[in-house]
Amino acid sequence: MAGDQANRLTSGGLIDRSTALSFRFDGKNFLGFKGDTLASALVANGVRLVGRSFKYHRPRGILTAGSEEPNALVELRSGARREPNTKATTAELYEGLEAASQNRWPSLNFDVMSVNQLFAPIFVAGFYYKTFMWPAKFWEAIYEPAIRRAAGLGRASGVSDPDHYDKAWAHCDVVIAGSGPAGLAAALAAARSGARVILCEEDFVLGGRLLADGGTIDGLPAAEWVARAVAELEAMPDVRIMTRTSLFGVYDGGTYGAIERVNDHLPVPPEHQVRQRLWRIVAKRCVVAAGAIERPIVFAGNDTPGVMMASAMRSYINRYAAAPARRIALFTNNEDGWRTADTAIAAGLQVAAVIDARADVSPAHRSLASKGGFPVLHGSVSAVEGGKGGVRKISVSLTGGARAEVEADGLAVSGGWNPAVGLTSYHRGRPKWRDDIAAFVPDGAPPGMVAAGAANGAFGLGACLREGFEAGAAAARDAGRSGNIGSMPVADDAAFSLTPLWHVAGKCKAFVDQQHDVTASDVELAQREGFQSVEHLKRYTTLGMATDQGKTSNVAGLAIMAAVSGKSIPETGTTIYRPPYVPVAIGAFAGHHRDENFHATRLTPSHHWAAEQGAIFVDTGLWKRAQWYPRPGEKDWLESVTREVKAVRGGVGFCDVSTLGKIDVHGPDAGAFLDRVYINAFSSLAVGKARYGLMLREDGIVYDDGTTSRLAEDHYFLTTTTAKAGLVMQHLEFCRQVLFPELDVQLTSVSDQWAQFSIAGPKTRDLLKEIIDPAEDLSNDGFPFMGAREVKLRGGLKARLFRISFSGEMAFEISVPARYGEAMARNLMIAGKPFGVTPYGTEALGVMRIEKGHVAGPELNGTTTAGDLGLGKMMSTKKDFVGRVMAGREALTAPSRQVVVGIKPTDKARRLRSGAHIIPKDETPGPENDQGYVTSVCFSPVLDQWIGLGLVERGRERIGEIVLAHDPLRGEDYDVELCNPVFYDPDGGRQRG
Amino acid sequence: MRITCPFCGERELGEFTYLGDAKPQRPAADAGEDAVYDYVYLRDNIAGVMSEHWYHGGGCRAWLKVTRNTLTHEISAVEAAAGAGAAKVGA
Repeated sequence: MAGDQANRLTSGGLIDRSTALSFRFDGKNFLGFKGDTLASALVANGVRLVGRSFKYHRPRGILTAGSEEPNALVELRSGARREPNTKATTAELYEGLEAASQNRWPSLNFDVMSVNQLFAPIFVAGFYYKTFMWPAKFWEAIYEPAIRRAAGLGRASGVSDPDHYDKAWAHCDVVIAGSGPAGLAAALAAARSGARVILCEEDFVLGGRLLADGGTIDGLPAAEWVARAVAELEAMPDVRIMTRTSLFGVYDGGTYGAIERVNDHLPVPPEHQVRQRLWRIVAKRCVVAAGAIERPIVFAGNDTPGVMMASAMRSYINRYAAAPARRIALFTNNEDGWRTADTAIAAGLQVAAVIDARADVSPAHRSLASKGGFPVLHGSVSAVEGGKGGVRKISVSLTGGARAEVEADGLAVSGGWNPAVGLTSYHRGRPKWRDDIAAFVPDGAPPGMVAAGAANGAFGLGACLREGFEAGAAAARDAGRSGNIGSMPVADDAAFSLTPLWHVAGKCKAFVDQQHDVTASDVELAQREGFQSVEHLKRYTTLGMATDQGKTSNVAGLAIMAAVSGKSIPETGTTIYRPPYVPVAIGAFAGHHRDENFHATRLTPSHHWAAEQGAIFVDTGLWKRAQWYPRPGEKDWLESVTREVKAVRGGVGFCDVSTLGKIDVHGPDAGAFLDRVYINAFSSLAVGKARYGLMLREDGIVYDDGTTSRLAEDHYFLTTTTAKAGLVMQHLEFCRQVLFPELDVQLTSVSDQWAQFSIAGPKTRDLLKEIIDPAEDLSNDGFPFMGAREVKLRGGLKARLFRISFSGEMAFEISVPARYGEAMARNLMIAGKPFGVTPYGTEALGVMRIEKGHVAGPELNGTTTAGDLGLGKMMSTKKDFVGRVMAGREALTAPSRQVVVGIKPTDKARRLRSGAHIIPKDETPGPENDQGYVTSVCFSPVLDQWIGLGLVERGRERIGEIVLAHDPLRGEDYDVELCNPVFYDPDGGRQRG
Repeated sequence: MRITCPFCGERELGEFTYLGDAKPQRPAADAGEDAVYDYVYLRDNIAGVMSEHWYHGGGCRAWLKVTRNTLTHEISAVEAAAGAGAAKVGA
């Protein structure tokens, strides 16, 4: 029977019979047609068993024909593209499709774990909580792994997704969710008004329920009306129709999330194309025409393969020309369900019986039954016979107490319709109950949004068109569009009558949530155990918490809860609705931001040159910085770094320091402004001079440091640390705009405009003379320490030159426009060749700053004060500045604070490690005598030993004291000496030379 | 969420950085420690309409005073900080 499309009807359907597609399910080959979903192709091939259930491993079939499907979940594709828990009902068939059933071993037909069914009586709600409590350590080692193996759904591929995902923005006047009669009518009205319209449809064909249920609109068959409407919309320039696109969420300010399955219908996305695209749509108005979801009735055996929603049966028969069964029974409590009997008869299928829970059936349906030769049984289904092979026999409890049996191979069920209230409820909206349709409908919606048609509880075709058209027109009007909307599409309204029926009591398992295997008795048990709030019910039983989010189960669960607790359904209430409406792949949220593109990468101006030199790069924030430049024969990083340091201290080297934040400060009040943001004064700085500055947070803790130069009376050039560049700019703008708006000053970020190099070492001047115009005086008199001014380079290019030193050597920093950065690096190499110029990286930079006792990131760590850093004397007492008052607090000025001090092991061969704690000698380490820790360490080529800086209680008073470095992380304890943090050239003669 | 920057127009949340309560005013230099303590540490956390500082770092770098309902995210007013915008002429 399988493989030959035995259940394909000979005519009809929206499938392309001229394009046959071959596919594999669980290793078997099948054929389907273009226009099929995987589910419809399986139906056409007579495959009824498609998966095993989550907890009990019960055989399951296909329940629905849409995105609400709880059962027919498969692993789609193979290898790295394997996608678990994909709904067969929405997966479009393509040539070569591969799918596998889930949660079974060794095979779907013979599943070892189906033994769980025998233990079913104990697998009730809260089973895990109650059972696996003791002994406690068994949980992680035994219980959890075993449960995880036994329960569950599909398997992730376990390897990196080879496909690309995109993120995009779209803007429009009106966005419409759904292209059924209400959605198309809304789109027509809005588009004719002149509005910019985006119409999102999750299916790959427009039309919604019209595709399965047909009807007559404006005197035309529904399919023809749809074709005309779509043609009219497509001809309008400001209408964008997006199929395979689900509007899944609504966010503040009229922003909507949508997922477009761009190439999910192909085996592999075409080259340079994405698989999916995540849209953020900004719309002035939104019309939710998302339709309604037919709801099951809960009865014993309602999960048997072959039990299917009545509307889904119509979809398979009418849209896909695939017969889910040959002899169909229908169980309904409403008028609408009867349409499935019409459809079955029209398709030449047999109707075994209609079981109607209502007291009365319309004369039209009575005559249909007598013409079709099938009985109408008043009552409800009490049991279903049939296992993995599907429905065989149905037991019926007749009204009045008698019993009947119906032989059938398929059972269509209709318990009424639930409007899709998700989107309208995502801003914590609670839908309201309507007794006439026994369903929740939207009660208001997020600003700018309105529901129309079946999503609003209007189930008649005429009503859908009317509500949709009016909502579309109103949305366009609200968006300021006033064109002629033309005439409204018209259709008749079918009567909708329903007698609510949620649950048929019975002995065997009756499933409420089929995806999570939650039964009616689980809900009743939860109520008995006190989990009466719907939010507790949900979490205790896991009802509605599977990937389908309870689209077919939540309302039934509430109704059963209401019945056993003696409350009404509206009193019982709903849980909170949360996006996304359909599962969205994490890959789509990430888009291109993965792997090396997770964040932007900033390259220094000399990056490509440094790469040519074989530099090892380190990530510092977004930047890639040269960390060291290995040379052939060097055995490790330490050897390279030590060489670089020695080359600088003995000759000359240079380092790209362009990553520092750079800010131009202009204006007559520039000096006064800097006085307020730094602890020290800048208004007194002479033009042509640079000064080190420290800024605090308003709470008195150090924020950032850097040098600032005065290039003109009203122009300062300020530098920040690499890490804080953006934040300092934000802070300074806050000071300028909010705190001190009276100051006439402007800030310009020029971090990316200047390439800056530090050139250091005793031969720095010799090197600079080769590249700077000979007319420039670089002598100690002509360019003293902390001088700063513009200079002309050989060839005429202007540069900024600063005589500042981080290394402690005679040093300059030179800035050229960023586009000359690489040329500068190359020229420094050429000009410096006679002097043995050596490029050095951030490691050597760090070594030299530690040797000089300069503080950096590890010491400016958000807990230290200026005093802690040994810079307390910089705090001006003559002016107000940010952080001044709070810095004076008792705790921040206490003498017992941990302050920066130098640290070196007493054993010169010993390696010092940062993070080690400082404990008084001969004491047992503990929190009560922990006096600080090592913040920065390096191997000092000058001292030929490891040295470091640390924050140590009263450290400055304890120079010379031997203390214990306690490093529990590495299991080390060793003696270290507290010393002056300036290890090298403490009087600063070298940098002034 | 979308914020209408007085300089750039309506822009998406990602362009902005949140600071917090815009009510506290930085005390005068001689106001004393208690006043500064209040300014630094005491913040209102209103369930309802609140005046907040936002920074348009992804746009014009203006600091904005945004009146926002923290329950609904509805933004009822956006004004530029006193010192935002172009350089003053003269002064």
